[in-house]
Amino acid sequence: MTTKLFGEPVRRREDARLIVGQGRYLDDIGSHAYAAAFVRSPYAHARVLDIDVSAALDVEGLLAIYTYSDLTGPMAEPLPVLIPHPQLTSPRTGHPLVKDVAKHVGEPIVMVVATDRYLAEDAAALIEVSYEELPVVVGVDAAEAATAVVHDDVPDNVAARHHQETGDVEAALAASAHTLSFTQYFERSASMPMEGKGVHARWDDADSSLRVYSSTQASTSVRAAIAAKLELSLEKVEVIAPDVGGGFGVKIVHPWPEELLVPMAARLLGHEVKWTEDRREHFISSAHERQQRQEITVGYDDDGRITALDVLVWHDNGAYTPYGIIVPINTATQLLGPYDIPVYRARVNSVYTNTVVVTPYRGAGRPQGCFAMERAMDRIAQERGLDRLELRMRNLIQPDQFPYDWGLTFQDGRPLVYDSGDYPGMMEKLRALVDWDGFAARRAAAEARGKLMGIGLAPYVEGTGPGPYEGAHVQVLGSGKVLVSTGLTSQGQGHETVFAQLAAAELGVGIEDVEVTTGDTRRFGYAVGTFASRAAVVSGNAVALAARGVREKAIRIAAELLEAAPEDLEIDEGLVQVKGTPGASIPLRTVAVLSNPLRYAFDEAAKQATQFTGPGDDSKPPVAPGDAPGLEHTDYYSPLRSTFASGAHAAVVEIDPLTWEIDVVSYAVVHDCGNVVNPMIVEGQVHGGVAQGVGGALYERMAYDRDGQLTNASFMDFLMPYASEVPDIDIDHQSTPSPLNALGIKGAGEAGVIPGSAAIASAVEDAVGRRITAMPISPTELYDLVRSVDAERVINNRSGALT
Amino acid sequence: MSTDTERTISVVINGVPREATVPVRWLLSDALRHEFGLTGTHVGCEHGVCGSCTVLVDGQPTRSCLVLAVQVDGQQVTTVEGLARSDHQGGHVLHPIQEAFRECHALQCGFCTPGFLTTIAAGLDARDPAVEITDEEVDELVGGNLCRCTGYANIKKACRTAAAAMKDAAR
Repeated sequence: MTTKLFGEPVRRREDARLIVGQGRYLDDIGSHAYAAAFVRSPYAHARVLDIDVSAALDVEGLLAIYTYSDLTGPMAEPLPVLIPHPQLTSPRTGHPLVKDVAKHVGEPIVMVVATDRYLAEDAAALIEVSYEELPVVVGVDAAEAATAVVHDDVPDNVAARHHQETGDVEAALAASAHTLSFTQYFERSASMPMEGKGVHARWDDADSSLRVYSSTQASTSVRAAIAAKLELSLEKVEVIAPDVGGGFGVKIVHPWPEELLVPMAARLLGHEVKWTEDRREHFISSAHERQQRQEITVGYDDDGRITALDVLVWHDNGAYTPYGIIVPINTATQLLGPYDIPVYRARVNSVYTNTVVVTPYRGAGRPQGCFAMERAMDRIAQERGLDRLELRMRNLIQPDQFPYDWGLTFQDGRPLVYDSGDYPGMMEKLRALVDWDGFAARRAAAEARGKLMGIGLAPYVEGTGPGPYEGAHVQVLGSGKVLVSTGLTSQGQGHETVFAQLAAAELGVGIEDVEVTTGDTRRFGYAVGTFASRAAVVSGNAVALAARGVREKAIRIAAELLEAAPEDLEIDEGLVQVKGTPGASIPLRTVAVLSNPLRYAFDEAAKQATQFTGPGDDSKPPVAPGDAPGLEHTDYYSPLRSTFASGAHAAVVEIDPLTWEIDVVSYAVVHDCGNVVNPMIVEGQVHGGVAQGVGGALYERMAYDRDGQLTNASFMDFLMPYASEVPDIDIDHQSTPSPLNALGIKGAGEAGVIPGSAAIASAVEDAVGRRITAMPISPTELYDLVRSVDAERVINNRSGALT
Repeated sequence: MSTDTERTISVVINGVPREATVPVRWLLSDALRHEFGLTGTHVGCEHGVCGSCTVLVDGQPTRSCLVLAVQVDGQQVTTVEGLARSDHQGGHVLHPIQEAFRECHALQCGFCTPGFLTTIAAGLDARDPAVEITDEEVDELVGGNLCRCTGYANIKKACRTAAAAMKDAAR
């Protein structure tokens, strides 16, 4: 058999180019391109009264200035609402350039094109825009109050009222032995990839076609959007995602205004045009996520078992709703976690504010949901005097309850049905990994050193691998090289490696013979995109199916040549051979050559396939009916519904009672994503997710002032974790394969980030004995909380916390 | 453009003498990328915080977004493209930290990677390879650069791996 590849920590093939500076990121493309720069709104809500470009016209190297009035046809219409939903009753999107009223700081008003970026910014700086300032809405509380409105025709600021329930929650709460209610807040953070967005476009005048490179997570849909907006036929537009310097969600949104305006300018100017987002632009004009106010009521019995759960969430969707209500739906449905909750109601009011749009950032509504559920769990445990882990054990869905059908609808429009899992096993692994039962001694040792220490935990369930589909094409060339392509894009996840592993394993070739292309519409035109931890699940299964199709065809052709039964053949190390009969074999590359009957011998290998070479069968045409030339196959995987990964995290924090600095001293992760293709890559995903989880819990927040100015729009002020802020992470794996796909895979990309704030809030609360009702929490906020006479005292039953 | 706004500079980049006439306001990062075609140096923030654009100027890690191109006139600049050394047989040998990054899965999207590699390479090259590297040294080497993908665990591991390889090689 070919060397085992599935499940092996195969080194990444991407790395060879990336460690020597030979990656090809967006700004590395088109060194002679004209450069675009933008004038963006300095106000959160303002009517554009006049745009005076006269001073800019003298700037050397200026080529063009575009405002809304230069947009025609579909370009003058609002940007698309990508994911319509019946409950999104007041969807609103902006225009590629502001039409009348800017709705957030950073919204693009003017595009300038010049011979280089310095000159484009010179010109942009000289453009005078006069504004009439309008009342500003910042934060969910202000949006709910609606004393000011973001969109005149949405007087209550409510874009959507998302509502799902599994039964009569009010009756169930009334019948519950105990209930408790609380309100809490979750702040904004953002994907913040190290590479911002960027677009490069090249118009071919003779061919009337457009090639666009974009740092995107969805090249096929960017292509369709550009074709629609610029009124080009689809085959005249190709979109390629080159090496992308991180995405984490922000690059799934499309078309960004720049993805339309840069190609438009390239076409009008007949020259390559490029825009590379700078960091401030990324802060104020790309997407954020996470701000919510959560009002939770939970009913439970004497043993702490939940009997009913009612959640009302006010979700800040920013100024527009290009990505629909996916984040609210994720919060509403993924909040449930691994628990068996008899009656549930979720209502999410998604509201407009004069801030940057809110669209998925790794986790996409799930961290907030997990925070809601787990804070409820901690409160019940405290009220009942139960150990927090024991309380959770009592509420878990049991292994014999799968498939567990919630009777709700998930973000893919399909039923919310957990396919598999072992939640009690997962929690026991976590108990051992973090030494939950031995924590008292550890805390005592910390207290002896004058430090406060606390432990917290949070499990989660994550719907991954949603449809509708992905596809793959696998082709064996006469050289023996295997080409694999899928339309889904890559932003550092190691897809080239993982898909090569899958193709090589299915096909029986060495991985070194496989080349993988992702996110290039020239190679594969049908795709959805990279989001929701779906690449390995959906494209992975598609690659395996396509490779299997190639394998079947190779064996069929080889069986005739070797005069053997197909079932007696196998492919190993690129050789099609009769099992157990060494010597009776034919190289796969030769099968590839012979699969394509030829008239012309364009190279030495091709001679074998030409028409006078072999005896042939004169009774049959060279290509049989229903067959096709070439050793290639295209296939698709369309999941019935999402597959549900799970995990549980525990955090131990140590707090200095002089500075109130919060140090995460241990972080334990139990992770279950079904069958693992490459454990090295999965662990890397977990590491990165945890770092973002810690960042979101302790450091990162978008600090908008009351005027809608983002006051920390730089890496100096928005605190992303450096190495010194990220704890060492202990990981244990569990595998409950998904029954929904042939490979048994569940997604892994977002898992690491989901329970971070919930687990750390639990640990901080345990350490200081004060109720945590908002995340993130800074040392200053913790100090204020501990000093506040109003702060609710909390004592966990097994804790000797500060009182 | 007048000579007020442009200046001709001579820089030894990755061991090769280069000359170019650049606007005086150009950042070193822009000159490296757009004038000298060395796009391995990446710009992540343009205000000196993330470290992606770090290059070595006369051997010292330097944020090329905080330096004007004209300031390195007459100096030696090493970018990520210049970390590998000639094997004197027509090929190249990767710096131990480059090898270690690949071995330890210390990169994902790879955008911040050149800045880590140049910074760590300079640090490792400057220390006595015979002495075992400490956790504090590793923290110091990786502590000034931002990475959004890896959570740093494998970057630290790569530092230790590279230091161990350099220790073995020094024997």
